[in-house]
Amino acid sequence: MSVTTDSQSQELAPSRPSWHVVLVRPETMTFLLLVFGLIGASLLSPFFLDVNYILRSFTLTAEMSIVALVLTLVVISGEIDLSAASNMALSACIFAWVQAAGAPLPIAVVVGLLAGLAMGTLNAFMSIRMQLPSIIVTIGTLIFFRGLAQVIAGDRSIRVPESFIGINTVMVAGVPLPVVIFVVVAIILGLVLGTTVIGRQIYQIGTNQEAALHAGIDAKRIKVGLFLLLGIVSAAAGIMAASRLGSVRYDLVLGGELQMVLMAMLGGTYIFGGRGTILGTFLAAWLLVIVSTGMTVANLLPAIQLTVLGILLIVAIIATNFIYARTQR
Amino acid sequence: MTFLRSIFARREAGILVMIVIFCLAVGLHKPQFLTGQSLRIILLLTPLIMIGAMAQMLVLVARHVDLSIGSMLGFSAMVVGLMYRELPDIYWLVGFPVAVLTGAALGLGNGLLVTIFKLPSIIVTLGTLSLYRGLTFIISDARQINRSVIPTELKAMSRTSPIFEIPWIILIAFGIALMTYVVARHTQLGRQIYALGSNPDAAPLRGIDVTKVTLIVFVLAGALSGLAGILYASRWGFVNPSNTGAGFEFQVIAAVVIGGVSINGGVGTVMGTVLGVLLLGCVAAALPLLGIPGSTQNAIYGAVILIALLIDRSVRQRGLASMSRA
Repeated sequence: MSVTTDSQSQELAPSRPSWHVVLVRPETMTFLLLVFGLIGASLLSPFFLDVNYILRSFTLTAEMSIVALVLTLVVISGEIDLSAASNMALSACIFAWVQAAGAPLPIAVVVGLLAGLAMGTLNAFMSIRMQLPSIIVTIGTLIFFRGLAQVIAGDRSIRVPESFIGINTVMVAGVPLPVVIFVVVAIILGLVLGTTVIGRQIYQIGTNQEAALHAGIDAKRIKVGLFLLLGIVSAAAGIMAASRLGSVRYDLVLGGELQMVLMAMLGGTYIFGGRGTILGTFLAAWLLVIVSTGMTVANLLPAIQLTVLGILLIVAIIATNFIYARTQR
Repeated sequence: MTFLRSIFARREAGILVMIVIFCLAVGLHKPQFLTGQSLRIILLLTPLIMIGAMAQMLVLVARHVDLSIGSMLGFSAMVVGLMYRELPDIYWLVGFPVAVLTGAALGLGNGLLVTIFKLPSIIVTLGTLSLYRGLTFIISDARQINRSVIPTELKAMSRTSPIFEIPWIILIAFGIALMTYVVARHTQLGRQIYALGSNPDAAPLRGIDVTKVTLIVFVLAGALSGLAGILYASRWGFVNPSNTGAGFEFQVIAAVVIGGVSINGGVGTVMGTVLGVLLLGCVAAALPLLGIPGSTQNAIYGAVILIALLIDRSVRQRGLASMSRA
């Protein structure tokens, strides 16, 4: 059966040569950009040849990068979540507030994680159960979560206890802990997406939800699961950021949704769902670190970095759209 | 009977009822809320949001969304502010065409990216939100335009009035709403925008130039944001590269969604949008009176958007149900 389909499809369209398959992939583009970025940055400053410097720089965005990995799964399934950065801020504020009110640290962490789960539930309820477009729903929750964080923290910053500060100074075999967590999460999610049934089902849902339903895939359950996962991972990332910064304000990672979406898009995830890889987002996260620290080393204003991020996002979607349009037929 | 029912079934009636109930509830606690003075406060809170909401309404009706409105406002205001600073002798009214044209150019940028590359507008404008904000920092060298630079005549527009003691900027805002009403209801372009949003696939079959209409919608959104930008300079008397217009897009989306403009395109009225803006203004004016800190405002806006989305959905479902019964 499968043999006949294979020969039929070969009659219809000759398969592309293997170099073509490897080269015309968004991840390859990301990887090449990463190499160019490294070369360019090391010309700007000799610091860039120092692995430790790059690793230390990565800890500044490691939390967002971890969230972007999960966001990649959500985008592949055909949804999007713009509220993850606000979720990080609100979870971190709730965590800091609970422990400042005198609760033991582990309980505060659990409360923070549960808050993230609740936020994921709200997103899932609105977009999946109520079938509202997730892109608008999560704009609403983006404002709502950030606003609640502002209610809790006001304009003050809430300090976290000394013992909890400094996740970025903990080293595992010479590598900062946040980077290790990022790599481990990337490997786990990459294996789930690439080798498991659920992974294939996520692609299937994103490619054609109708067809997925007819194939017996419980699309709603998987999407709800992804929103919940994103909620709890965002909360964990928010608490990690609290540990790195030593205090929490309501404007923690303000505007971070842009960078998260950018990481997914730069990594070649297709905005309309169905395509994308964890490897792509993984590489894109490193690329962004190289770009932003490269600009810092070159003494460019932070505002110029904002401009460059915006341009990169637009170029990234144009490029991935172009590549997918080419490879579709 | 059917006439009455058709009035009450309309979305606008629902918002009006919400406004009345809200004002009465606040007035019960604080009688001074129901005076002409607080009406003035409410109206003064709204002109910028009103103009932005008209822009966003047109974009949403065409089944797009523009997240860069606040950044376009900030950039246009900064261009005008720099002009006043570098050319102190220039006639102050020149600022208006400059602001509107600057905004229109930025809007054209959004429109071109959306139409040429067939990209989702939400991601494009998320990118330009950041891009235009960054450019605002670059052209201003990250410095604020101070009060002394803004022409006195411009600042006076927020206080002085030609008629009935209603300040100029409120009149301008309602004038824009009226013009949007005329364009939306009584011009070919307006009907084409609705047709495009109702069914983007069918629109070209009906002879609508989708690219042109989409471009016009984004340019209009930019131009109106530019107008809001110079009015910002009038209202607040300064232009700051990081604050001016930041988060404005969210207030605007809140107002528009409350006003019953559907996120699925093709549905939305100027009347509803105006009422949505007024409801937001009432909430914003009531908070300090009730002793609720201003920091809760964003949470309330966010909650209101989510509730409005749920109401919108239930209204749509009931509408579909009644259609299938008929």
